[in-house]
Amino acid sequence: MENKNGSIGTVAKKSISSLSSFITTFIIIAVDVLLGYITYQLASMGYIPLTVVFIIIILLISAAFLIPKLSHLRWIVVGLSAWLLFSIFPILFTIYNAFTNYGDGHLISQTQAIEQITNQTYLPETGKAYEWVAYRSDDNDYLLWVKDNEGNTFIARPVESEGETRIFDVVPGENGIGEIDDEGAPVTIEGYTRLNRILAATDQNLTNIKFGDPEKTIQVRSPSEAAELLPLYEYNPDDNTFTNQQTGKIYYNQEGTWTARDGTQLIPGYNAVIGFDNFVEFATSPGLRGPLVTIVTWNFIFAAMSLLLTFSLGLLISVIYGDPHFKGKKLLRSFLIIPYTIPSLITILIWRGMLNPDLGIVNRLLESVLGISPDWFNVPTLARIAILTVNTWLGYPYWMLVTSGALQSIPSDIYEAAEVDGATGFQRFWRITLPLLLVSVGPLMIASFIFNFNNFNLIYIFINGGPPIPTATTTAGYTDIIISYVYNLAFASGRGVQYGYASAISVVLFMLIAVMSLIQFRFTNMWEEVGENV
Amino acid sequence: MSDQTKAKKTKTITQQRRLGLILRLILAAVLVIFSIFPVIWIVSASIDPVNNLATQKLIPDNAGFENFRELINNPIFPFFTWLWNSIKISTITTVLTLSLTTMAAFAFSRFRFKGRQELLKTILLVQSFPNLLAIVALFSISKQIGDVFAALGLNTHAGLILVYLGGAMGMNIWLMKGYMDTIPRDIDESAHVDGANDWQVFSKLILPLLRPILVVIGILSFIGTYGEFIIARTLLTKRELQTVMVGLQIYTSGQYTQNWGVFSAGALIAALPIMIIYLVLQDQIVGGLTAGAVKG
Repeated sequence: MENKNGSIGTVAKKSISSLSSFITTFIIIAVDVLLGYITYQLASMGYIPLTVVFIIIILLISAAFLIPKLSHLRWIVVGLSAWLLFSIFPILFTIYNAFTNYGDGHLISQTQAIEQITNQTYLPETGKAYEWVAYRSDDNDYLLWVKDNEGNTFIARPVESEGETRIFDVVPGENGIGEIDDEGAPVTIEGYTRLNRILAATDQNLTNIKFGDPEKTIQVRSPSEAAELLPLYEYNPDDNTFTNQQTGKIYYNQEGTWTARDGTQLIPGYNAVIGFDNFVEFATSPGLRGPLVTIVTWNFIFAAMSLLLTFSLGLLISVIYGDPHFKGKKLLRSFLIIPYTIPSLITILIWRGMLNPDLGIVNRLLESVLGISPDWFNVPTLARIAILTVNTWLGYPYWMLVTSGALQSIPSDIYEAAEVDGATGFQRFWRITLPLLLVSVGPLMIASFIFNFNNFNLIYIFINGGPPIPTATTTAGYTDIIISYVYNLAFASGRGVQYGYASAISVVLFMLIAVMSLIQFRFTNMWEEVGENV
Repeated sequence: MSDQTKAKKTKTITQQRRLGLILRLILAAVLVIFSIFPVIWIVSASIDPVNNLATQKLIPDNAGFENFRELINNPIFPFFTWLWNSIKISTITTVLTLSLTTMAAFAFSRFRFKGRQELLKTILLVQSFPNLLAIVALFSISKQIGDVFAALGLNTHAGLILVYLGGAMGMNIWLMKGYMDTIPRDIDESAHVDGANDWQVFSKLILPLLRPILVVIGILSFIGTYGEFIIARTLLTKRELQTVMVGLQIYTSGQYTQNWGVFSAGALIAALPIMIIYLVLQDQIVGGLTAGAVKG
């Protein structure tokens, strides 16, 4: 670090300072070289967006350490780099995805898709034909001997065979080839049985196997003929269309999918920008909107009820046991915060076991005492009650701790004045305690609402959003909240993986959360404090 | 008012008090049972050799440590490797989070530079975006980095820690900066006059005063990282690299009702370090909670 003030000018100090600035420079160069190497590699692999992020990071680090005017950035730059890479970039990436068709069938780039489609072949009904003889091993490996009409012969392995030459000449003594018959076909090949006409005709695999190299593929067409396969689609780069060589049908590019006039599509499509389609689908498709209305409604109810229940129970406890005369307060508190001290994943899993409808302890108790056995996992309302119960258990200790702290900070002379005026205990609570409390813990209530609004862990681990909504076309359940719905949409949907659509909902959700956060910041005066000079 | 009625009134008040106390104690008992029953239940399950949810009793027959032995000896589910992975990842993440956020908060609290407010506001707002929603992006970034630099890619603890650090800025910086703002700037100024540079002011003067808030943020960061499972599960797919939270979920997937005892034993061991931290340091944590931290 440089000594900016430089007020003490002893030689020793100066040399230390120049040594340390030398070391600093050296470290910066080393870091830049390492990052530069990674960036170069990323660029050469074609990861362009990530390359750009890395270049920004390198520029930031270099600027912070080499430009004296920006030296304050040194304190932030490492955290900032991690933040850019793993917070900002993923958000931008998600927003970009929201405008694409990224997902099953559209995972690859246009170039890759063209290559894959061009590689598709078909077996022409006429065309260059071969005579053939097939050989089969005990492990159902096949070899195909062929002779074209000019008399050239060779032997081909299946296209799938790895690490071996797929096409080789017929040379007795090599590759296990024994004697050769009049036609030029080997009578024996070591490890294989030559299939006679009857065996070949009854072999069920033979006509499905493609032999030879990917560029020169041969398939058995009839008992007497084998033929070379031809590319099925021809790509026309001028208007970005494919033409089917067999039927002549033309496939036009439509937002990343080549589609014919009659609506048939080529697979795969590619990852393309499709504008606002995901958002439009989100707003208009009845199959999607159906569960979404249920899910959004429940999301708000769930967050509000969770807040209400945990806050009320927590407040009740701190009011009842708050007075200093109550002995054992500390001991009681230690017991009551236990739910809060266990990692939530563990407690949710425990509750899932305890509430298991058939085997869990809760239902075994209810069964023996009341003779009922509610199905917590399969009846929508019961599942929702179960989730709220578990969440109350998880969350009330937090509010007990927060409200007991806040209650103590309410000055006692207010109560004395109220007592003089003849207010009852209930009035004092309702008119004085609660309003004052709400002012001081209001921001935390909004934070808690937002937390529960996105409480993925509880919903996902407890019953993964179930029970399922039967009318939904996607994986959606009665206890799903938006975030768990999006997660399933992206990873486990019945309609396949749909990153683009899931990203669009994420963007909408993000805007909802951002609005709620801004309200919270207003309450806490965070915005004002940010700008305050201390 | 005669002495007699006065005495009578005092008596009723005492009776009321006593009744109130009894009611409170009953309610307290109910609440305590509600709070600790699940814990007692898994303690009981963990020492119940039956290892089955359906037949578990509160007081097991032939109680023993079979389930714990299973945890130690099962090579397919390397429980203690997972536990060690979790402790290692959480500790390193916490230490790095504290270093990064303390230094950043120092800059935001002490320096006045262009774009300071905007940057701080952006960091706060971005924090509210759940990174779970960007999990596809996080996965592909990790994969791409791993393609050119395997030590920071998928299936490495370093890569996971890096992703966690990306989310470390935010509320932590806010809490830390707020605390630092309460330390008068006169202290730094007089030190500057005496020839101290920024680094010396930070490390010799400010840092020692930050102990209370460092403890709070450190604990909450450790607990948050320790309990995280979705990102860990996505980025670490090799079984021996996984964390204990992901591992516990594996025990309960599929035929979990048949594996209940072993799961309980594991859950107990995994929860214990965090419970101890909470119970010992509860006063500090309460301070942090009221300052605005929400458990993740």
